[in-house]
Amino acid sequence: MTIRSVFSRLDQERIVLAIAVLVFIIASVTLNGFLTAANLVNIVRSVSVLGILAVGMAIVIIGRGIDLSAVAIMAMSVAWYLQMLGDGTSQAMALVITLAAVLAIGLANGFLVAYADVPPIFVTLASGAFVFGFVRSQLITQDAVPVPPQHWIELLGKTRWLGIPIEVFLFTAIVFVAFLFLRFTKWGRYVYYAGDNPMAARNLGIPVRPMLLLRYVISAFIAFTAGILTASSLLSINTRVVNSTLLYDIVLVAVIGGIGLSGGKGGMRNVIVGALLIGIMLNAMTILDIPNLYQNLIKSTILLVAIIIDGVLNPRDEQTAQQGDI
Amino acid sequence: MFGLKKTLVAATALAAVAFGSVALAQEDPGPAAYAAALKDKRVIMVPMAMGFDLAQGWAAYLKKEVEAFGGVFETRDPNWSIEAGAQAITEAISSDPKPAVLVVHSPDLNSYAKLFKKAQKEGIYVVAIDNPVNYKVDAFIGSDWDRLGQLEAEAAIKACGENSTKQIGLVQGDQVNASSLYQYAGIMKVLEKHPDFKVVAKPDSNWDATTARNVTTTMLQQFPDVCAIIDFWDGDATGTSAAIREAGKQDKIALVTTGGGEKVDCDALENGTFSAVVMTELHNQSRDINAILKYLLQSGVAPGTASTYVYTLERAWTKADLTPTTCWDLKALQAAAQ
Repeated sequence: MTIRSVFSRLDQERIVLAIAVLVFIIASVTLNGFLTAANLVNIVRSVSVLGILAVGMAIVIIGRGIDLSAVAIMAMSVAWYLQMLGDGTSQAMALVITLAAVLAIGLANGFLVAYADVPPIFVTLASGAFVFGFVRSQLITQDAVPVPPQHWIELLGKTRWLGIPIEVFLFTAIVFVAFLFLRFTKWGRYVYYAGDNPMAARNLGIPVRPMLLLRYVISAFIAFTAGILTASSLLSINTRVVNSTLLYDIVLVAVIGGIGLSGGKGGMRNVIVGALLIGIMLNAMTILDIPNLYQNLIKSTILLVAIIIDGVLNPRDEQTAQQGDI
Repeated sequence: MFGLKKTLVAATALAAVAFGSVALAQEDPGPAAYAAALKDKRVIMVPMAMGFDLAQGWAAYLKKEVEAFGGVFETRDPNWSIEAGAQAITEAISSDPKPAVLVVHSPDLNSYAKLFKKAQKEGIYVVAIDNPVNYKVDAFIGSDWDRLGQLEAEAAIKACGENSTKQIGLVQGDQVNASSLYQYAGIMKVLEKHPDFKVVAKPDSNWDATTARNVTTTMLQQFPDVCAIIDFWDGDATGTSAAIREAGKQDKIALVTTGGGEKVDCDALENGTFSAVVMTELHNQSRDINAILKYLLQSGVAPGTASTYVYTLERAWTKADLTPTTCWDLKALQAAAQ
């Protein structure tokens, strides 16, 4: 294999993986306490919720969409659920109402994209703002809503297998199920076809529009799961997270891992690679006690470097570019 | 007899005059002047957000007092957005009728300085609360954050004890908010006097509970012998306490923080989540704000000419000195204000 062919095999996913491994090796050698079992678990755990959200985002992006309402759905559905429990609604009732609301938002997103032909970036931007505004102003009284004592969410947060927090297993499980769905089911393969060329997929007889609905519903339920996990570990959910950079981090994890925003490309491997890079970097910088402002600077610089290397090695031209590229 | 009758009449008349004049002299001019100066005055409060305990607490106390003196009290909710806050202030300055006082909870030292100047130029008093600003506002009411940091450090040192590892961890807010910067300065002042105590790590939480949990987990892995952690806000200390709980170190690590003194703070002290909390005494602080409002509106001083600092007296509370009235209950306060 010539050097040239080695370089030509370097796509963004491999570049990011190489950077992640590089940062990992440097941190292991230079930082005390980085390469310990407890810290490695901590790294995976710190990106579990981010990674779970990125799985939902990835499924939507592969189908040539984007879901900017994910963080709002995650925080507000769980906040409302906890508020209902706090106000004395019965367990089953509160859960059924919340799940119905999550389903409704996913369907509304999908419907507007699939049948009203509104670009997903606008639909989900608006629906996210609506979900946040409506729940915050009408349904809950404070930014932070606590988990009632001894509730199953609290017990979930305490669950450990082999000393490893439940989030890590759930992240792994969700990635695995999503992998099976995308790789081995008919509807999973259709996601790629629809993302790569929606018109051709439709001419083939693939139910493009109902599948769009399905993807936004999946994304909404994954967001709800991530919210429950957040609440389980903090014993409350703070709706301020909607205004944080979490949403960009989710898109970042998906895109940096190599899932093209133009759709039809990538898979769960990319999500794992992207999440690991972010997790390793954040952890190493926290051990180094680097202030938050510099952390953001360093994070963005490394991401830019990865994108530039990809741009140089895999230049865009008429053949690789496709309609719908952002 | 005639003379006596005349005398009686005269005496009665005199008495009437005398009593009448006494009744006139008892008319206190204060309330009329007070009412004239305060009636129909519009007071607008712009906190960083309305969705947290302190803001809702201030609003409840201010609403009660302002409406009692015949004024109009309004709040705006920028929901943690600096831009939305700036817009709310701009809109308030140009609204009609003009507000008499703007009560602003500034997100940082500098963002609203220009707007404050504009408000004062328009004849509106500016009162900054809780977070200090780099501008000569008509009054600042809030914590002396430096002193507050000192109280936290003293509580942490006391909780650790002389026979401990003397390692203290900090979970700061960020590097722009005055409350975070001054709190840090205060903590360091105390630690200089106790050179055997060391700050082993000082990550930022960005006021976010999840980040607080992640950085604290890392801190506890790097420095498992930390004896106290000072978190700069009870709002994200839920994350810090989660990390301590998950590491199984609740009995070994004292968590010291600061907060609004709402019931959640007392509950957390009761159940051992927090070891000490420097509480903002909301009741006293709100009374200070109300007193300043009443003073400014009657003072005749033009906005922007004088500047007053009113620092709330604070102390670190531990489980041992809690009383049933130490904390305030947001639900009860809101119910009473309805």
